[in-house]
Amino acid sequence: MPNDSATIKTVSGPGVPVRGNDIDTDRIIPARFMKEVTFENMGDYAFYDARRHDDGSRNDHPFNRFPTARILVVNQNFGCGSSREHAPQALMRWGIDGLIGESFAEIFMGNCQALGMPTATADAEVVAWLMDHVEAHPDATITLDVEQEIATVSDRTLPVTINDSQREALLNGIWDTTALMKSYLDDVQHTAEQLPYLNGFVKRNA
Amino acid sequence: MSTGTLYDKVWDLHTVRTLPTGQTQLFVGLHLIHEVTSPQAFGMLRERDLQVAFPDRTYATADHIIPTAELARPFGDRQAETMMQALETNTQSHDITFFDPDSGAQGIVHVVGPEQGLTQPGMTIVCGDSHTSTHGAFGAIGFGIGTSQIRDVLATQCIAMNKQQVRRIEVTGALGEGVYAKDIILKIIAQLGVEGGIGYVYEYGGPAIEALEMDGRMSICNMSIEGGARAGYVNPDATTFDYLKGRKYAPSGAAWDRALDYWRSIRSDADATYDDVVTIDGSAIEPMVTWGITPGQGLGISERVPAPDTLPPSKQAVARQALDHMDLEPGQSMQGVPIDVAFLGSCTNARISDLREAARLLQQTEGTVADGVRALVVPGSQGVKQQAEDEGLDAIFRRAGFEWRGAGCSMCLGMNEDQLQGRELCASSSNRNFIGRQGSKDGRTVLMSPAMVVAAAIHGTITDVRTLL
Repeated sequence: MPNDSATIKTVSGPGVPVRGNDIDTDRIIPARFMKEVTFENMGDYAFYDARRHDDGSRNDHPFNRFPTARILVVNQNFGCGSSREHAPQALMRWGIDGLIGESFAEIFMGNCQALGMPTATADAEVVAWLMDHVEAHPDATITLDVEQEIATVSDRTLPVTINDSQREALLNGIWDTTALMKSYLDDVQHTAEQLPYLNGFVKRNA
Repeated sequence: MSTGTLYDKVWDLHTVRTLPTGQTQLFVGLHLIHEVTSPQAFGMLRERDLQVAFPDRTYATADHIIPTAELARPFGDRQAETMMQALETNTQSHDITFFDPDSGAQGIVHVVGPEQGLTQPGMTIVCGDSHTSTHGAFGAIGFGIGTSQIRDVLATQCIAMNKQQVRRIEVTGALGEGVYAKDIILKIIAQLGVEGGIGYVYEYGGPAIEALEMDGRMSICNMSIEGGARAGYVNPDATTFDYLKGRKYAPSGAAWDRALDYWRSIRSDADATYDDVVTIDGSAIEPMVTWGITPGQGLGISERVPAPDTLPPSKQAVARQALDHMDLEPGQSMQGVPIDVAFLGSCTNARISDLREAARLLQQTEGTVADGVRALVVPGSQGVKQQAEDEGLDAIFRRAGFEWRGAGCSMCLGMNEDQLQGRELCASSSNRNFIGRQGSKDGRTVLMSPAMVVAAAIHGTITDVRTLL
């Protein structure tokens, strides 16, 4: 059941390079900003501490230098640590529409997918070139093509990979899985009826 | 792909169908929620006018924001009070059991689930918390999910997921004195890396794992996610069954015997195949400490802080940043590094056997907390706290100069009042040494076992606990 209104074929805009491996979700949004019952304000907290000097003034963090960015470019194991969806919510509400990186932590990647934000992976050399290019040409538009698995910038085409299920989910507009899975609730009930621990551990015939 | 492993069997039993994305719609046997990552999901349900599909398969507790010193309502922190009220309202209006502080069963979600007997072998268990991997200690498949997935689970009791590969981690031999489950997992992460487990579920086995009681197995599975693996498990055995017997939500009577059959049937087969196998010599593991800003930056206590340029290229920049943040030099020993705070708590190490071992060390050494060190014991649950008090452990901690607190996540992530100040350095039994993790952006965390926390608290510096034995 494709959902055309939610289809995401491409995302594009200026880039922002955030360099470094193992950038964790506490860095993306410190836990003290998660004491809110909605995600509404999370954009204000993206990289909150990393973006500031001790006196609270802004430093030269890329999120300060590339305020109009839409595509976040990162290195290895980005988003490791906690499962907090607050992290991709903060990035999305700050302005990010898609990510290109060497690798992503799994829960983070799933959370991005659930928000319709592609997480494309690319070779280290491609990422390094892209980071340098964005630094030199902050206004250059990066277009991440989910269907073709390429990123284009300044007449250059870069190979990227989007895992098959994420690609299907984005292209068919089914990255929000609630309605889809709810449509199979009869099957869910059937599975529940077969599970030993929900049925007094009495053996049943499948 | 793996065949015949516990993971394969549990996955198959819980598979509802294949989704058009190629992902599996997987049934969730047990859903645990807490106050920080669930209110937004309930909000989304309201927006879409959806009901909770299986309210009897979700259980709630409050842990992240809960104060550990003063529980009187309203909480001193207005935001914490609002989060608590949201959880109360959401659980009430959807008929979800809430282990609130008045229940006597409140605590860290990954301590409460097992303690209540909710966590059982052969289940799929999810929670909006990455340390849900903890529940794998029982031979369950537990993993952390985001809030949109919590919405999915509330509305459908399912999540959409891709199947992982399985890596068997065989820990051979017997642990030496002063070496604990925490040291095993810190060693595994140091060796395989914080990204080494991406795409894998870890199956922990071998003599050193099988010799552990449940609390130790939970410490290991808990930190699977720090090694990049979303889930980790131990095959259930007599130790598992002994732990569960008689617990509130565990099966009883004739159902208990039938349960044993099921639990034994989902163990990995003798001829199971794995996507990868790693063997680690358990007898060679020393007490471990971290020196950096990721849980993978760990070393044996007799080793020295590495020089960044001797590390693989992909690790060098993070190592430089770590040395700068931690104020350490290459070649330096971690022994003797002064500490400001000793924190004994968290879903990794705040269970009764952690507190017993820490108290035993205090008694044996007649040690007291060093001058200038702030030391806290934060039990993992009200149940653990009560048990410890029944055994007189609280008196031992208090006499030695530790603060004896209420149950919660506390200084592991500093969402309540328990936070590092400025550049304080904390000897911590928790699971993450990320920059800013313990509530101060300049604070420093050194991860270690509860016994090592006690040794550091007594000496005021990081100390090899074996010198106290």
